[in-house]
Amino acid sequence: MGDYYFRTSDLAVGYGGRTLIRDIDVRLRAGEILTLIGPNGSGKSTILKTITKHLAAIRGDSFIADASVRGASYRDLSKKLAVVLTERIKGELLTCFDVVATGRYPYTNTLGLLSPEDRDKVREAMERVHAFELAERDFTAISDGQRQRVLLARAICQEPEIIVLDEPTSFLDIRHKLELLSILRSMAKERGITVIMSLHEIDLAQKISDKIMCVRGETISHFGTPDEIFREEIIGDLYDLENGSFNIAFGSVELPKPSGEPDTFVISGCGSGIPVFRRLQKEERPFYAGILYKNDIDYQIARCLAAGVVAEEPFRPIGDKAYTEALTLMKRCKSVIVAGVPIGDCNRRLADLIKEAETLGLTPEGGDVSLS
Amino acid sequence: MSETELQNAGARRVRYLAVFIGLAAAFVLLTVWNINSGSVHISVGDIARIIFLREGDDTQMGIVWKLRLPRIIAAAVLGGGLALSGFLMQTFFGNPIAGPFVLGISSGSKLFVAIVMIVALRFVSYISSWMMVVAAFAGALIAMGFVLLAARSIRQMSMLLVAGIMISYICSAITEFLITFARDSDIVNLHSWSQGSFSGTKWDDVRLFTVIILVCFAVVFLMSKPIGAYQMGEAYAQSMGVNVKRFRVVLILMSSLIAGCVTAFAGPISFVGIAVPHLIKMLLKTAKPLLVIPASFLGGAVFCLFCDYIARTAFSPVELSISTVTALFGAPVVIGMLIRRHGERG
Repeated sequence: MGDYYFRTSDLAVGYGGRTLIRDIDVRLRAGEILTLIGPNGSGKSTILKTITKHLAAIRGDSFIADASVRGASYRDLSKKLAVVLTERIKGELLTCFDVVATGRYPYTNTLGLLSPEDRDKVREAMERVHAFELAERDFTAISDGQRQRVLLARAICQEPEIIVLDEPTSFLDIRHKLELLSILRSMAKERGITVIMSLHEIDLAQKISDKIMCVRGETISHFGTPDEIFREEIIGDLYDLENGSFNIAFGSVELPKPSGEPDTFVISGCGSGIPVFRRLQKEERPFYAGILYKNDIDYQIARCLAAGVVAEEPFRPIGDKAYTEALTLMKRCKSVIVAGVPIGDCNRRLADLIKEAETLGLTPEGGDVSLS
Repeated sequence: MSETELQNAGARRVRYLAVFIGLAAAFVLLTVWNINSGSVHISVGDIARIIFLREGDDTQMGIVWKLRLPRIIAAAVLGGGLALSGFLMQTFFGNPIAGPFVLGISSGSKLFVAIVMIVALRFVSYISSWMMVVAAFAGALIAMGFVLLAARSIRQMSMLLVAGIMISYICSAITEFLITFARDSDIVNLHSWSQGSFSGTKWDDVRLFTVIILVCFAVVFLMSKPIGAYQMGEAYAQSMGVNVKRFRVVLILMSSLIAGCVTAFAGPISFVGIAVPHLIKMLLKTAKPLLVIPASFLGGAVFCLFCDYIARTAFSPVELSISTVTALFGAPVVIGMLIRRHGERG
């Protein structure tokens, strides 16, 4: 299969002979990052465990550089593939250095003694994840973030061509999540190590991955680049997002829109509307937003949170259609919030809209109108 | 390497060396002490002459060569074996209080040896030590089989031990039943043995069990590397290249063979298998098999030499069963360990 470093062909995975997911066909080039996303219990771990040969494939096989995983001995596999698992390391009385050093297992002699080169590699791996200062610490006495870094160092010093990680960012705070993922990213790009992992944070998955696999139901619902996968309907279907929505542009997750008849109209632009939208959403007050250009940052969030958005195409003067629509909706409302919007040549008619609101006695609450 | 790292590595090496030297010294001291004390006192000079030059007065020669020396070797080798077997079972189950005695493995061996002794003696006049070992090994494997069956459905480690203790009770009950209905002459042999004892060891036996246990020790020592990997958990061990299925089978066979062999010659002996590996890990401050395996073996030897000395001399001429003494010293260690571990979690 020429170009592809890792691939699965007609792979079916499951437990005890029962198929959970079938027809898994994945192709990755060396140095690509594949992320598995999908709801809890969808079988992400099952797929990962099958790739790492912790579970026998029910049908089909995976191939690392065209060598069958099914046919490989554990010893051969250990020189190509390293893992970071969710299960806790059981060992007692181990320092972090000891834990990382277990990554050298495939390369040490019969008794498992570390050579000076092995020690250097352990040190190098720990420095790479900024964990060398933990070397002498007891492995059970460090924080979750530190633990994940140590486990990643362990995988790195196994000198694999491919690393498989099962939910490596769970339990980490945002700083450590970003740190871990950027280490993975640079490893993949600089050393050409292929990364396969599962993530819960779809926003991060979108940003770090070269390929995304959506795991749900009996087959892989989607496999492709983040651009192909991160569409509102695909993500909405994958996670059954009836409550709330996923914003593609920001990769942000939004809570559901307030329900009911809107009684507030928000006039905003250039980001000034976002805090207002969020406040109204928290107060469970349904609202309209407008008139927003489709390239306005406010438009992205308004789409997720407002009951209705009056929009205009970018860089055009506000047309009659949008203006009339906005006016009609505004007249149904009890109040208008003007969140502060710069007025220029194109959107001059917004000023008219605001004046109209004042005439109608819909007293602007909150922010000032900044006419420029 | 940084300076602090070098210092730490150095400090660790000194600690390891100190533990091994301490154990070796204790071993020599206890050996001499065991030879020279008892109902007949023999001075150290005489001992050296008797052992190394094989000369001295006949009674003393007899006592040293026929009674005390085989018994000392039995205590040392079988004690070391028990500690080793305990360490292997703890590794296998990932459970610090697993051991041949609590899991009922020793009782399984005891039952099989009892059956062979009582039943076979009706048909043949003499039972070789080999047969005893084979019977004990078979009993150990069968008991282990039941424990493994229980372990498949019971995930909780305390419940696994309860299952082991139940197996132990069942085996002991059947053994008692057999003894009750056995002919008197057999009972005399069986009774002291079924309580655990190093006394009455013959040189033929010494040769046999020394070979078996030392070969097992060598095999286990060479397995240090995969054992270390397995301590991290099955999944990680496999990802490091260990064939976990095969490894588990070997581990079970080795630990059962050692436990069975010890039971065949000395009967069931309690707590050595749990207490010694734990104490050794505490002393070494590491669980690395490369160090813990030889240190546990040596530690088991020292512990059993000490306990046998007490069993023999404390209420002389009455002898205590070895399990009485090992329990007395071993059980508090285990209780202490449980409290510590529980405290850490709670």
